[in-house]
Amino acid sequence: MYIVDMLGITKTFGELVANDNVDFQLRKGEIHALLGENGAGKTTLMRILYGLYRPDTGIIKVAEQPVEIHSPKDAIANGIGMVTQHFALVPPLSVAENIVLGNTDGFVVNRAVIEEKVGAAAHRFGIEIDPKSLVRHLAVGQRQRVEILKALYRNARVLILDEPTAVLVPQEVDALFETLNRLKADGLSVIFISHKLHEVTQITDRVTVLRDGKLIGTVDTKGMSQSQLAAMMVGRETFGVTRKDEQHQQQPVTLHIDNLCAKNDQGMPALTNICLEVKAGEILGIAGVGGNGQKELAETLCGVRECASGSIQLEGKELIGQTPAGFTQAGVGRIPEDRHEGMVGDLTVTENLALEHLNEYTRSGVLDHKAIRNRAEELIRQFQIKARPNDPVRTLSGGNMQKVLLARVLSRDPKAVIVPQPTRGLDVGATDYVRQQLLEQRDRGAAILLISEDLDEILALSDRIAVIYEGEIVGILPAGEATPERLGLLMSGAVKEH
Amino acid sequence: METSRLRLRFVKTDNPPVWVRPLIPVLALVVTFILTSALIFWANANPFETYYHFLIAPLTNKVSALEILVKATPLMLTGAAVTFAFAAGYYNIGAEGQLFAGAIAAAGLGVAMKEVPAFITIPTIVIAGFAAGMLWATIPALLKVKLQVDEVVTTLLLNSVMGFIVSALLNGPWRDPNSGWPQSPEIGASAIFFKLIPRSRLNLGFVIGLLVILVLWFVLTRTSFGLKMRAVGLGKPAARFAGIHVGRTTLIAALVSGGIAGIAGVAEVAGIQYHLIGDLSAGYGYTGIIIATLGSLNAVGVFIASLFFGLVDAGAQTVSRVLGVPVYLGEVTQATMLLVALGFFLLQRYRLRRM
Ligand SMILES: Nc1ncnc2c1ncn2[C@@H]1O[C@H](COP(=O)(O)OP(=O)(O)OP(=O)(O)O)[C@@H](O)[C@H]1O
Ligand SMILES: [Mg+2]
Repeated sequence: MYIVDMLGITKTFGELVANDNVDFQLRKGEIHALLGENGAGKTTLMRILYGLYRPDTGIIKVAEQPVEIHSPKDAIANGIGMVTQHFALVPPLSVAENIVLGNTDGFVVNRAVIEEKVGAAAHRFGIEIDPKSLVRHLAVGQRQRVEILKALYRNARVLILDEPTAVLVPQEVDALFETLNRLKADGLSVIFISHKLHEVTQITDRVTVLRDGKLIGTVDTKGMSQSQLAAMMVGRETFGVTRKDEQHQQQPVTLHIDNLCAKNDQGMPALTNICLEVKAGEILGIAGVGGNGQKELAETLCGVRECASGSIQLEGKELIGQTPAGFTQAGVGRIPEDRHEGMVGDLTVTENLALEHLNEYTRSGVLDHKAIRNRAEELIRQFQIKARPNDPVRTLSGGNMQKVLLARVLSRDPKAVIVPQPTRGLDVGATDYVRQQLLEQRDRGAAILLISEDLDEILALSDRIAVIYEGEIVGILPAGEATPERLGLLMSGAVKEH
Repeated sequence: METSRLRLRFVKTDNPPVWVRPLIPVLALVVTFILTSALIFWANANPFETYYHFLIAPLTNKVSALEILVKATPLMLTGAAVTFAFAAGYYNIGAEGQLFAGAIAAAGLGVAMKEVPAFITIPTIVIAGFAAGMLWATIPALLKVKLQVDEVVTTLLLNSVMGFIVSALLNGPWRDPNSGWPQSPEIGASAIFFKLIPRSRLNLGFVIGLLVILVLWFVLTRTSFGLKMRAVGLGKPAARFAGIHVGRTTLIAALVSGGIAGIAGVAEVAGIQYHLIGDLSAGYGYTGIIIATLGSLNAVGVFIASLFFGLVDAGAQTVSRVLGVPVYLGEVTQATMLLVALGFFLLQRYRLRRM
């Protein structure tokens, strides 16, 4: 029996067909992956199921009955819950308050009673969370648990998780998978979207693949290899990228970071005496479990976070005290960790591409629109960005947004490039593309500081690997000597190597 | 499966089609007409006749057609002022107070420069009005940029403060010595904006309004500062990351906005009243917010919206004069129209879908 049956779903945005006659069937008690490249239409399909978009055509059945889902409220009434990447929680309220919000029985909210109820629900579903703690104090993984519990508390029988693991550290992923398996045993159904194929093969029962808005097929996960799944997604074999091993000993140091200290948003020390050197033509990978100071390190090196002390030198020139524009001018290519923080969603692709270097397109205050437009068209071609110059950036898929950022930075041939989490949320093809671009920059002679929580990425790209733990560099290894085991030990803070 | 029942629902759309925008005023008129007809009947007038005088008659003769432009002048200026700030994400609700700051400057200098020739006096009072509006806008702008104090609250509160300053001036040092009324002495002839058309009220202020709209259009669409402003307005973190000086951009936008509102005050004093008076402005600073919103923060939109409001304003006067209905009927109609227009403006983001 199908708990959810979506038939012939079509959804267009203007000329763009985001879902093209898609069928999607979800069994009771299964974990079902939705797979596809960036922009394939996964989120759109799920937003339709959750009542956030209306399909142009198509039927949705829940438990074999045709239903009309016009809003999330209808979806919830039909037992469908969705957890998106941007959580809808109220930080100053407690976990229990967040969960009953909009779902209280009467007018009066009795704190003790709801905490009790939420606690019982958490226990029943095996979700570890303290109903009394304030959401403000929770880590990302815990907030996600609150979102899941919120859906379950409203009697969801179907749980939609849109890229739930993109924001989690490995331990949190394990905890999430444990929860999901438990829910599955209870007869719930889960729709799981992820770009990480090893997660898909590890946890799901069946896989539905979308490509360019069309259904490619639904298969049992068992018996599918990761490369077979990738081939279904992109319609061809994927190979990954390879790094040419070269010796860079004789190259000069381009980026010199000395005794850098910085504080986090709460004013607590986040970086302590970071000392790093990145040579020309080298990729230095920073490995580490998320939340160990990577964000602060990237922001400090991009000039958007004040540093408490220390120095950052680019080819001997001090950058501390410079504005973000000063960093760019000096030749630092800056890519933000969160793409949305690097681009203005409501401005067009053209405008965003010009934003960092407006002065070059300005003559006595007046913008040279033609030059900007030509440049944008050139970059769109060169970086194969799937967008028109006048599209607002917010309508682009994640992969294409990332390409816009890369185009803006890499087309300038920067001397040093700071890239935190460059492939987060990107599909296999786009990931390969981004990594290839970084390797080309390295071969060109740029000094690249790659910060990533994805150990495979670090191992595939880096010439040397530094490990960050609680804001300190606890070891630096040449790529040849770095094994996942050795890095894992360093990342856990169990040992230090200097 | 097919249901014969017709079910309609509102669905939010991301990008409303452009063709609906010109329909808004038309639809707003029709709905307002229906809503206010009962009231008009009650006042013993014929709704059709009333609306003829309200909306068509002002266009049919030259005198009242020019009056539309007169009424539109301060709205163009305050609409432009508000647009300039809002585009940069600075919610300046203080155009009303900034307008009075400019008016004070014009009234003061207009009297002091009686002996100076007009070609010096007029540019001087315009610049002084701009500076005064800017100065008054500096307080909330600095509070916002330096201390992150919410500008909506400060600019709004400063409007009342300005109200007190004006009434202190008019009841104190500036009380008209001849009449004893709470109005400032009349400004000198050299400070008076010359008429564009004799025996009408249309004056230089309208030309200044047009120029400001033109400059607004140019800055927003053609200059790098305009793009920076929009980037800051639409996404501060991203603008900061891209190396744009968010604080400086906000500050400049806030000050220029105040300056433009100040010019609106100058235009009212030097073009229409020749005195500073307590009710110099019929809430122009606030109407400017509506005009900026209806004009969707672009110069052409602001221009069209101010003309439309100018028409309604001029019509309200004609109606009460010709039909002898109470003036407040015009005001009620105007207020209804405003609310209805705003309602349509919100509704255009939805589409009706057959289920
Ligand atoms: N509100 C919208 N307006 C216009 N276009 C949209 C809108 N939402 C999505 N799209 C477009 O529809 C297509 C499918 O987008 P969708 O977000 O469903 O992709 P996805 O498979 O979830 O991709 P990703 O893996 O990057 O999250 C994309 O080309 C996207 O640009
Ligand atoms: Mg998506």
